[in-house]
Amino acid sequence: MGKDGSNVVSNKLQISIYRYRPEHDEAPWMQDLEYETGGRDLMVLDVLEGLREQDPSLSYRRSCREGVCGSDGMNISGRNNLACITPLSQAAPDGRLVLRPLPGLPVVRDLVVDMTMFYRQYESIAPYLINDSPPPAIERLQSPEQRAQLDGLYECILCACCSTSCPSFWWNPERFVGPAGLLQAWRFLADSRDTADEERLAGLEDAFSLFRCHGIQNCVASCPKKLNPTRAIGEIRNQLIKRAV
Amino acid sequence: MAQMRSMTFDALIIGGGGAGLRTALQLSGSGYRTAVVSKVFPTRSHTVSAQGGITCAIGSADAEDDWRWHMYDTVKGADYIGDQAAIEYMCRTGPEVVFELEHMGLPFSRTDEGRIYQRPFGGQSREYGKGGQAARTCAAADRTGHALLHTLYQNNLRHETTFFNEWFAVDLVLNSAGTVTGVIAINIEDGETVLLQSRATVLATGGAGRIYASTTNAHINTGDGIAMALRAGIMVQDMEMWQFHPTGIHGAGVLVTEGCRGEGGYLINRDGERFMERYAPNAKDLAGRDVVARSMVLELQEERGCGDERDHLLLKLDHLGEEVLNSRLPGICELARTFAHVDPVREPIPVVPTCHYMMGGVPVNIDGQILRQADDGSDEVVAGLYACGESACVSVHGANRLGGNSLLDLVVFGRATGQFIESALRDGISLESASSDDVERAMARLRRLDSGSAGNNGDTPAALRRAMQGIMQRCFGVFRSGELMRTGRDELQALRPRIEALSLSDQSSVFNTERFEVLELQNLYEVAEATAFTAELRTESRGAHAREDYQERDDENWLCHSLYWRDGNRCGRRAVNFSPAGMDAFQPTVRSY
Repeated sequence: MGKDGSNVVSNKLQISIYRYRPEHDEAPWMQDLEYETGGRDLMVLDVLEGLREQDPSLSYRRSCREGVCGSDGMNISGRNNLACITPLSQAAPDGRLVLRPLPGLPVVRDLVVDMTMFYRQYESIAPYLINDSPPPAIERLQSPEQRAQLDGLYECILCACCSTSCPSFWWNPERFVGPAGLLQAWRFLADSRDTADEERLAGLEDAFSLFRCHGIQNCVASCPKKLNPTRAIGEIRNQLIKRAV
Repeated sequence: MAQMRSMTFDALIIGGGGAGLRTALQLSGSGYRTAVVSKVFPTRSHTVSAQGGITCAIGSADAEDDWRWHMYDTVKGADYIGDQAAIEYMCRTGPEVVFELEHMGLPFSRTDEGRIYQRPFGGQSREYGKGGQAARTCAAADRTGHALLHTLYQNNLRHETTFFNEWFAVDLVLNSAGTVTGVIAINIEDGETVLLQSRATVLATGGAGRIYASTTNAHINTGDGIAMALRAGIMVQDMEMWQFHPTGIHGAGVLVTEGCRGEGGYLINRDGERFMERYAPNAKDLAGRDVVARSMVLELQEERGCGDERDHLLLKLDHLGEEVLNSRLPGICELARTFAHVDPVREPIPVVPTCHYMMGGVPVNIDGQILRQADDGSDEVVAGLYACGESACVSVHGANRLGGNSLLDLVVFGRATGQFIESALRDGISLESASSDDVERAMARLRRLDSGSAGNNGDTPAALRRAMQGIMQRCFGVFRSGELMRTGRDELQALRPRIEALSLSDQSSVFNTERFEVLELQNLYEVAEATAFTAELRTESRGAHAREDYQERDDENWLCHSLYWRDGNRCGRRAVNFSPAGMDAFQPTVRSY
């Protein structure tokens, strides 16, 4: 990208977009379209909004349009990312944009996937602070250093870009917790205020929940918030090994 | 349509943002059958975008800080039409509610003492305005809303709240006695329409910033609860009061937190001048948002804007240093790089005042009960219906909200509403029934849309929405005048029949986003029309409502709330509460920063 933000983007964008309407289509198909960009470095979401004006039957999720709600995760020219913060200069440098739903999850319609399995994995790690001692009258104290342990973890937006790029998730979604769930597992293990380490670790020690991670690191490459699930998984693995000795 | 399914709950919360989730947590935590209906997965609600923090006198940055000082600031910030009993309740209860959030796991930033980090925000003072700038806004870096919303969702999972995620609430069901018995809702994924019945229904549907062309608000902020209430004959309050946030990223509208200025950033014009020193000599860049936004528009009008078009101003942050920016404002750095193509470590961010927050809403008391006006002008309660958060007007923000007070509003009144319903359920609220005619009335809008009988004349929702947003931006912006507002109102009302006549080009059931886009546009329209009528009604300048033809505040005639009913576009007035429970009220004085 140019320093002044002026990117050379082709005027005519060639788009290939995954379409599937279960009530109309026997099978998914790729729709080829052209889109006038006016040479502007639009975000992929801007293009989608423009396309939907022409064809209101095109479905996708979106909300905040600034990369914090996690609604519009999709596969953009081969890579999982959020449509609202992916500029064309990155997604279609050659003037060709390919949009598909996140891989590995059932498609509900067009770019909308059924995220039930993804949410179930998140719920499986008890994603809430556990500390059953009576709380003080003010906040529980935590040093800046202890709090810094949560940076790079709590910021997850549950967009599923990581988990749906992970081969272990594709093979064993029922039993492997997946990178997003494991990142959150470490977020609570790493929290000085949480007292449920033993239960949390016990829940992850089987052969699948965590140990199906093979360190492929697709999760790291695809996280739009630049978080690092592989490192979190490594931290939990170390704890599990320490505990086993 | 086949037989419609119905489900019954003790409490039904419409909206899965901060207010709705806090209410739900209160009730499911007490074992009541509680359901949340959210048109998006709850953590995608707009609370997630709140950045700078939650203002509350917890005494971390300043051990002497006092909730009464916070109350004073809020009353003054509201330009004296905030209800003082409600403001008192919010500021006094706030610390307890914020500590609860911390105990639930919210990852606040910390001080060296291990306490919650607090930063200065606009309109904050010590000692009732006499002791200089306060630092009262509790923060989780610049992602406080994200941290808060996720924490509340997580705790709702723990307490097994029932979630109807990606369900859209269409309209309220009222029986012949005027009691709200539930809502009609659609499962977005398969299109099934269901009657959800409840002993208590809570509107927590957030704001409607999408009535304007340029807004910090998410696409989903379409005023669904406000419109549902209006269609049910319920009045709304102070709908002319819209906050324009001083720092939306130019072009994109994306929010840049006031915390930037709290941390020491400031605004400059094309001459590099720190112009807020001229407009607010004491508070400068940390004056009330309405004051800063107006100052910015004046700078632009006087051709001191930046860039070739002189159409924006600059927010300077580079002097804070890379370390402060990375630790305190990491999200802002990311947004500025993505949407403004500048790195705040080296370059200022181009910004313009951008529609941000709806101070008005459905009037409620501190317990979240929705109010209507009896024939003698006194308040009475609408049975079965409650509201909290941005969709409600309790009113703690009056004519201008202070930064950091919206998150506090959500959790304090979300909790209070939950507590009230909890005690009412304990005392035994009976489940009121609705007749099939009552249900049919609530189905009318949906039936009309689905039958396609309205006679669409080639209009599309996108084009009509753009037209509406353009009118609101042009005629009901930072500065307003009677003539322009009347033009705007007429243009707006010409859109109503076209918006109501929209039909669907896509009749499918599965995740049909066009269907919801039309329903949302109809909701936006109701909010826009309420704004148009009440804005023209209020012939004075107060808080966010600045009129060129009535430039002064007029306490004699307008120290009151405005009211609006959809039926006949009727307007009215309601007294402001000047009766805090445990202290004397703050009396209106000249508001300067």
